[in-house]
Amino acid sequence: MKHSSIGARIPYWILLAFLAIIFVYPFWWMLVNSLNNPADIFGTPTLLPRSWAFRNYMEIFQVQPFSRHYTNTLLVAVVATVGNVVVAALSGYAFARMRFPGRNLAFLLLLTALMMPIEVTIIPLFSQMRAFGFYDSLVPLVLIPIFGAQGAFSAFLLRQFYVTVPIELEEAARIDGLGPFGIFVRIMFPIAKPVLSSAAILAFLAVWNTYLEPLVFLNSLVNFTLPLSLTNFNDSYGLPQWHLQLAATTISIVPIMVVYLIFQEKISNAMVNSGMK
Amino acid sequence: MKDTPKLTLHRMHRQEALAGWGFIAPQMAGFFIFVLAPLVMVFVYSFQSKNLLFGGTAFYGVGNFRDLLADPLFAKSLVNTLVFSAGVVPLNLLLALALALYLGKGAYGTRFVRSIIFLPVVTSGVAWAIVWKYLLQGGTAGPVNWFLDQLGIAGPNWLFEKGWAMGSVVVSRVLKNLGMNVLIFMGAVLNMPPDVLEAARLDGSKGLHLFWRIKLPLLMPTVLMVSIVTIIGSMRVFDTIKLMTDGGPEGSTMVLVYYIYHQAFKMFNTGYASSIAVVLFIIVLVLTIAQWSLRKKVSYYEA
Repeated sequence: MKHSSIGARIPYWILLAFLAIIFVYPFWWMLVNSLNNPADIFGTPTLLPRSWAFRNYMEIFQVQPFSRHYTNTLLVAVVATVGNVVVAALSGYAFARMRFPGRNLAFLLLLTALMMPIEVTIIPLFSQMRAFGFYDSLVPLVLIPIFGAQGAFSAFLLRQFYVTVPIELEEAARIDGLGPFGIFVRIMFPIAKPVLSSAAILAFLAVWNTYLEPLVFLNSLVNFTLPLSLTNFNDSYGLPQWHLQLAATTISIVPIMVVYLIFQEKISNAMVNSGMK
Repeated sequence: MKDTPKLTLHRMHRQEALAGWGFIAPQMAGFFIFVLAPLVMVFVYSFQSKNLLFGGTAFYGVGNFRDLLADPLFAKSLVNTLVFSAGVVPLNLLLALALALYLGKGAYGTRFVRSIIFLPVVTSGVAWAIVWKYLLQGGTAGPVNWFLDQLGIAGPNWLFEKGWAMGSVVVSRVLKNLGMNVLIFMGAVLNMPPDVLEAARLDGSKGLHLFWRIKLPLLMPTVLMVSIVTIIGSMRVFDTIKLMTDGGPEGSTMVLVYYIYHQAFKMFNTGYASSIAVVLFIIVLVLTIAQWSLRKKVSYYEA
């Protein structure tokens, strides 16, 4: 392509421009209009905000407990992600390296969780969480990604990794007098860092973006997570407060975007591999 | 090691077994409580007449499933889900494959395209739906219609007109997930054996012939896998629909999961909603079995 003629390059540049408009402009439009007054949002699109209404970004914290929603989401995402990878590393290691009766059956069972759509089990889960006293709390949002499909996926990923670790490593540790748990904590957990971080990225993104679970399990405004919060910027007539919704959406996306732009390769590779599992 | 008494060896095995069970205990306990039990219960509920709001649970046999067959809204949501998939899957796959083949040549700017095309994939479905709802505003208010207006075309009220709503959610969904499939296909394109391609070229194969006869067969296992994953994803669509059209206008974008949500958490018909969830489970199960048997063939093929 580098040596091709101008004639061949023009369609290529048109394609690039077209893709940039389709995939970047929506974000740009969101950013620009998050700084506009409601009256300036629609009409001839501009490349820069017309009103430079920075107060939109203050107002979102006043019309609803948005900072609380942000902390809720962060809390759920961090706890669920840590829980997810720790539980999955333990089981993934055992499934790969330890011999015990029932191992294959347990692993096969766990694989069924991999395909289980949350939409199928959400009705009984709702009754269950209510019976446990977890309704309208963040607990279900933490438990489901640890033990549901996301958890099974991480366990699967870690098992795949642990079967490739040379056995000599364990033997050396055993001679040094380490027990199974010691071997796991001192050697096997740290050694899995690249896989753990892939699993963690996927779990974090999934939890950060999840919508159905908070919609079903949460009720009080103070317990909302970001996806619920974003859809809740309505005035007293139920009409969306566009400028606030866009400002809130923007700051809900920014951390994810920044992290993505820094760790692009790692994140896209992790997601692409998961798509083929 | 060779003079280890049998007893100690036996104890070692037992210790290993105990440790193994201990290691998998958290995962498996969680699996039984939060995956398996709810799955069993959704089947149980589906045979009950059960309403969360008015209370009362009674055995209803296959009543719910009989009611489903007579429910025009269920039929509509099933058909709409199929229409949604029939829109998303070919559009997504064709665009992804075309882009992957084009970009796989390693042209200048590929990295840039890879980055931007993946932006919506990491963005939440909620944020993407919110933004697209604005972009597709009716009249000349939304940027999409503003652009069409410049070309002298009067754009419709995309999300609020029966004929356009489904197409609009399909397109916004395709754009959201396209990057994922492009990257998967790019990987497959790069993995095509260069000697095979070279041999085909020496035989004078090029352009469309090279694509149909050589490249597509080589990419076929990946194409099939990606199709099934994409079909499963579209069968489960919810947030796009809930946020962009709320199932409307006139139920024209009401899909299965939306209907489950509506029956279970708006009407509180827990039993009836569970029977719809069972239908969804069976659809996803069949697709997953297809996917797994295919994956066996694919790994055989790659080996």
